[in-house]
Amino acid sequence: MKITLIWVLVLATLAAGPPPAFATEPGQPAPNIALPNAQGRVVALDGLRGQVVYVDFWASWCGPCRRAFPWMNEMQQKYGGKGLAIVAVNVDKKRADAEKFLGQFPANFPVVFDEAGAAPAAFGVKGMPSSYLIDARGNVVLVERGFLDEHRAEFEDRVKSLLASR
Amino acid sequence: MRSSLLLACALALGGCATMSPPQPWERGDLAKPSMQFDADKLEARTQQHIYASKEVTTGGYGVGGGGCGCN
Repeated sequence: MKITLIWVLVLATLAAGPPPAFATEPGQPAPNIALPNAQGRVVALDGLRGQVVYVDFWASWCGPCRRAFPWMNEMQQKYGGKGLAIVAVNVDKKRADAEKFLGQFPANFPVVFDEAGAAPAAFGVKGMPSSYLIDARGNVVLVERGFLDEHRAEFEDRVKSLLASR
Repeated sequence: MRSSLLLACALALGGCATMSPPQPWERGDLAKPSMQFDADKLEARTQQHIYASKEVTTGGYGVGGGGCGCN
């Protein structure tokens, strides 16, 4: 009887579903994500090797995400031609919500869509928004949860130094 | 018969573990204004006023944040 009980518990553990996702930290290789943009063209992180990549996870219902867009537009304008690639991953369940947001806060950088949430799961996103600065070899350099004005200078400095050492 | 019953029990037991809280990127519905504790600002204020007048105390209600995990 005891053995059977143990088996029941083992089976229950196995049936309990997937293990929790682990957060991607600085120093780790960035998971490869490949997602379509509004035109259906797939943007893959692996295809951006050699460039400095800034990945931002955002949603229309997330307040601080609004403040991130003007900053990302500025970064794209300043460094877009110098080797920085910004990829904004939308995680809205409804595409229309994202499109409405983009109407209010236009983006001059690539925006891709992930209704299923596979990309934030792969990165182990712990809050919205979350952003990851990735070097030319595909390793994560900086991670930010939320969008804080006092971190902007640090991010820009790291972008500059990564572009210089590329 | 008994083993199949045990198997059913095992699956049912594990089923509870799949009830995990929504991930940060799945909180769109929770972030809606109607999902806030004080969805109606005027009503919330009135309630607080009545509470303060009856209890001679105020504060300690509600939680911070919009449910999106941004703060």
